[in-house]
Amino acid sequence: MRRRWANAAAIFAPAKDIAAVADGADKTPLSFQDMILTLHNYWSARGCAILQPYDMRVGAGTFHPATTLRSLGPEPWNVAYVQPSRRPTDGRYGENPNRLQHYYQYQVILKPSPADLQEQYLGSLAAIGIDPLLHDIRFVEDDWESPTLGAWGLGWEVWCDGMEVTQFTYFQQMGGFDCKPVAGELTYGLERLAMYIQNVDNVYDLRFSDAVGDVAAVSYGDVFLENERQFSKWNFEVADTDTLFAGFKAAADECQRAIEAGVPLAAYDQAIEASHLFNLLQARGVISVQERANYMARVRDLAKGSCKAWIDSQSERWTEKYPGWTL
Amino acid sequence: MTDFLLELRSEEIPARMQAAARAELEKLFRAQLSAAGLEAGDLTIWSTPRRLALIAKGLPEATAAVSEELKGPRSNAPPQALEGFLRKTGLTQDQLEDRDGVYFAVIDKPGRATAEVLAEAIPAIVRAFAWPKSMRWGKASASSESLRWVRPLSGIVAIFGEELVPCEVGGIASGFATRGHRFHCPGEITIGSVSDYAEKLRACHVIVDHEERQAIVRDGAAKAAADAGLTLVEDEGLVIENAGLTEWPVPLLGRFDEAFLEVPPEVIQLTARVNQKYFVVNGADGKLANGFVCTANIDAKDGGAEIVAGNRKVLAARLSDARFFWEQDQKKTLAQHAEKLANITFHEKLGTVADKVERVAKLAEWLASEGIVPNCDPALARQAAELAKADLVTEMVGEFPELQGLMGGYYARAEGLPDAVADAIRDHYKPVGQGDDVPTAPVTVAVALADKLDTLGAFWAADEKPTGSKDPFALRRATISIESLIIQNGLRFGLLPILDMATQAGGTAITNASKVRVRRAMDAAKAEGLGVMAVTGGNAVGLKPFGQYSMAFDTRAHDLLDFFADRLKVQQREAGVRHDLIDAVFALGGEDDLVRLLARVKALQAFMATEDGTNLLAGYKRAANILKQAGEVSGIAATTPPTDADAALLAALDAAEPAASAAVAEERFTDSMAALASLRAPIDAFFDGVMVNDPDEAVRAYRLGLLARFTGAVHGVADFSKIEG
Repeated sequence: MRRRWANAAAIFAPAKDIAAVADGADKTPLSFQDMILTLHNYWSARGCAILQPYDMRVGAGTFHPATTLRSLGPEPWNVAYVQPSRRPTDGRYGENPNRLQHYYQYQVILKPSPADLQEQYLGSLAAIGIDPLLHDIRFVEDDWESPTLGAWGLGWEVWCDGMEVTQFTYFQQMGGFDCKPVAGELTYGLERLAMYIQNVDNVYDLRFSDAVGDVAAVSYGDVFLENERQFSKWNFEVADTDTLFAGFKAAADECQRAIEAGVPLAAYDQAIEASHLFNLLQARGVISVQERANYMARVRDLAKGSCKAWIDSQSERWTEKYPGWTL
Repeated sequence: MTDFLLELRSEEIPARMQAAARAELEKLFRAQLSAAGLEAGDLTIWSTPRRLALIAKGLPEATAAVSEELKGPRSNAPPQALEGFLRKTGLTQDQLEDRDGVYFAVIDKPGRATAEVLAEAIPAIVRAFAWPKSMRWGKASASSESLRWVRPLSGIVAIFGEELVPCEVGGIASGFATRGHRFHCPGEITIGSVSDYAEKLRACHVIVDHEERQAIVRDGAAKAAADAGLTLVEDEGLVIENAGLTEWPVPLLGRFDEAFLEVPPEVIQLTARVNQKYFVVNGADGKLANGFVCTANIDAKDGGAEIVAGNRKVLAARLSDARFFWEQDQKKTLAQHAEKLANITFHEKLGTVADKVERVAKLAEWLASEGIVPNCDPALARQAAELAKADLVTEMVGEFPELQGLMGGYYARAEGLPDAVADAIRDHYKPVGQGDDVPTAPVTVAVALADKLDTLGAFWAADEKPTGSKDPFALRRATISIESLIIQNGLRFGLLPILDMATQAGGTAITNASKVRVRRAMDAAKAEGLGVMAVTGGNAVGLKPFGQYSMAFDTRAHDLLDFFADRLKVQQREAGVRHDLIDAVFALGGEDDLVRLLARVKALQAFMATEDGTNLLAGYKRAANILKQAGEVSGIAATTPPTDADAALLAALDAAEPAASAAVAEERFTDSMAALASLRAPIDAFFDGVMVNDPDEAVRAYRLGLLARFTGAVHGVADFSKIEG
């Protein structure tokens, strides 16, 4: 039977031995799903809770409340999850080999950021089959900022042979509040990494799963090509803009109500909803320059308001558990 | 004498910050040592992405002992004074020295061990270090007071001689251990002293000297290209950046699909440089070839084949995007692209880019038809100006803003517009700063001049002038560019009326823009939107209708002309023209023809370099002083000159005045200086031979009148009171 993870030994090895492990690695590239399973096991072995994707439409893994809200406050928090991410304006009707309106991000949050975060991260690359003495891995300055989340951090984009494969960020602020302590965030672009590892030029040619017995292998295109065609059309041409505008307003109002009712988690859901509807309106080309800034400010206010409400609802517990902690 | 090594190891420092960080480390180290009474001497400062290193050679073992002497109160002073002095010095009365009735405290400060000074200096340096952006990290960041660094700080090596300098900052204690290359030698290495530091690191695949890495990138990239029969396109910025991204740089040559070469070479170069930090190469024909050089950070096991293959793939994806933009943009004419400029705000007070384009087109056409820009077809000037900004809304310029102008030129040529128009579109932003090429093609000059004059006039009308260090719309640079265009092309015209036209056009734009704003606010149209060009002054509130702004048109234009005078001094400084002489000519007033003004200034400067010039200036200053003390001076009385010296000066003035003014009128400025020079001997003789303040009131008045005429004659050429020296 084929090994489930090409480099199982690497998963449990201390970071400094990674190069040696990668050296003798099984060179059969992982399928898309095995790559995800390998990362799950790798981060699970390092104490992360493996969460599931958030069940709402979001633009990036950072929007998952497990990142946005949990990066606030003093409590340690170590999680990893895959987040399907939707970027309506990036749709290309399935005709571009690199661009998708729906793709996967692999997200890791470690709070507080461990001293060996870089080594742990590099270990994960080795685990999925990237040999750092064969491939040029570089940390290139990239300061991260999300105006819609009122968040920023410092870090890098990680390059593998010139291709950006991961965003590596030390969160400094979220929702306008200082992160105390700072969380380290890793965001892997799974399709890019997989295309790299499998050496394919078209995302739809990726091996999603391997053949097992009589069951044939499945390609990324088998799973997602039709989605890209239909959703590109819907995002750009079909979606009813009046409904979207009304939806945005409804979500914004509901967010406000939920904040006032002291249920910030529910409020935050509505902020996410408003953010995605705004992205759809952009794809439909119905938001002018002047309005764009206004909408973004609106979404930011909803996100910040939710973060503030979350802090308010938790801070008593936090200060009790972590004496001396202040906002 | 002992050597000191400091290494501050961190996670990857952005390449662009490393040079400033080295300077900061040196500055802080010197300051710390000097505060302790030590001279830091020659320092070596190195940087890699993961470390800053400092080596100080030949430090003394200890600071010198110092004896400080403080003067105190007199011994018969009230007891309170003595008590205060004892408190201040921490001594007792019997420790003081009584010297002739005055107490002195002599305090001996023993020397301190240098190691001790260093142990205190290191944490202070780390805490005071100024990064452009810094961050918190790890467990300690639960507190707001936690240490900040550019990226997490992970280790400190501090060795004085062969001894550890024990210190600690932010929970990081100094030690002998550092780390080698992230992938080649990830383990710890132990440093013994300054002398083995660089070599131990080199053995662990780290070249700590950034200049050595830069040389490897520079030479290695050139060699990689040459080995393939290609020539590297040199780019020192890329050399430094790649050296700042690597500890063990290995330049590698790759190739891309030749078919991409149909895209303009500047686009390929920019794509490679900005997005990927690659060098590009030229072929034997001197044209861009289908090669690139990337800089890896490892000695790859396979010699770099996989790295090159990966980088090639990334570049191919980038170049396909660029080619897509290139093809997409050409599906429309520039005129069609230009229609979208009506959706782009130039400045909230000044309306859209389309409004600006129309103003510029009108002005460019006028400059041509008036012959201010000679040999320029007004229709071509208008056409070029109308299309000059169209590329701002193309995909390519959206992706690479630095290609503005250049892409417009390419697209204009591709759609078969006249070369003069395409060149003008390409070059109308020039000159960008001093040292840039100044356009000479007439259509280009007309558009370049009109564009910048309009920008200045409009922002002046909108009261958005530069203040102090703030010049958000680069108006100082625009002014210098206008001056370069005028002077280098010898354009003859009075600036003032044109500045007036430009500010008035700006005023109209403000009125129109405010009308549009009101209309737009009323119908919240959800029209298709594009980006804002560059400029939003900050606050969108309280825009006054034009006319309520403080200055009237004419003062506005005069104010702008003064601004030109200031910039002219800056612009001419490099050419060695004295700023005080520019003032001396500007101060005459009414001179707004820059070419004529500069000719006059240059003749004056040549004159001031002669003996006649300096003596005449001395004579002028003496005369001006006497006149100033005398107060009001009436003209020369129509009497006979009291002495021969008076008569000689009078005769000289009678001859020099008409000669000087005729020469000025005919722009023979050297001749006007010669006419002034003829006054030098008579004025010297006058001061030698007579006393102005003669006891005889009538004689005194006569002589004052004579001096007033002399200074007046000099002022006909330049205001000598502004001349220094």
